[in-house]
Amino acid sequence: MRAMHDLGGQPAGPVERDEHDPSHAERRVDALMALLRARGLFNVDEMRRTIESLPPEIYERHDYYERWLYTIERLLIEKGVLTAREIEDRLAADG
Amino acid sequence: MAKPAFKPGTAVRVRDLPVKGHMRTPGYIRGRRGRIEVLQGFFPNPEQLAYGAKGLPPVPLYLVRFPQSEIWPGYGSTGDSLALDIFEHWLEPAET
Repeated sequence: MRAMHDLGGQPAGPVERDEHDPSHAERRVDALMALLRARGLFNVDEMRRTIESLPPEIYERHDYYERWLYTIERLLIEKGVLTAREIEDRLAADG
Repeated sequence: MAKPAFKPGTAVRVRDLPVKGHMRTPGYIRGRRGRIEVLQGFFPNPEQLAYGAKGLPPVPLYLVRFPQSEIWPGYGSTGDSLALDIFEHWLEPAET
């Protein structure tokens, strides 16, 4: 059975090119991912496994770096670096 | 380290393993026939690395070349080919 990211050879329309300079937020997500990888918190296969197992409604609805952000959040919780509660509390405080 | 099972030039078929979770063998290549081009080396198994294990012992990874006409129905006989890196446990010997 194919996972949702395994799209090679599936029927599809034309490729929609959306090329843009990365936003500040996207650069920060990229930097965060690079730092966490460099610190050895997780490897590329764990990162791929986490992206591939995002709930389909999240995976389909979000773009490249948004998926990365969900992935970072899930891996930090899985590895015991942060708790879901800590993240929610911080978001509420910044709200 | 175990000896690699396949030599360059050997005809192989990609297995359709019931692996759930992370893998590096795309769906479109399962069941297709190709030839071993070269042994790329031995690498920790990403299917295990993805879940916090060490993926050891390292597994042989091959560059396998497939005729495009073997992969896509109606491609025609252009001589085009596609080469993919595939881990040994995804390969079985194929009739030639």
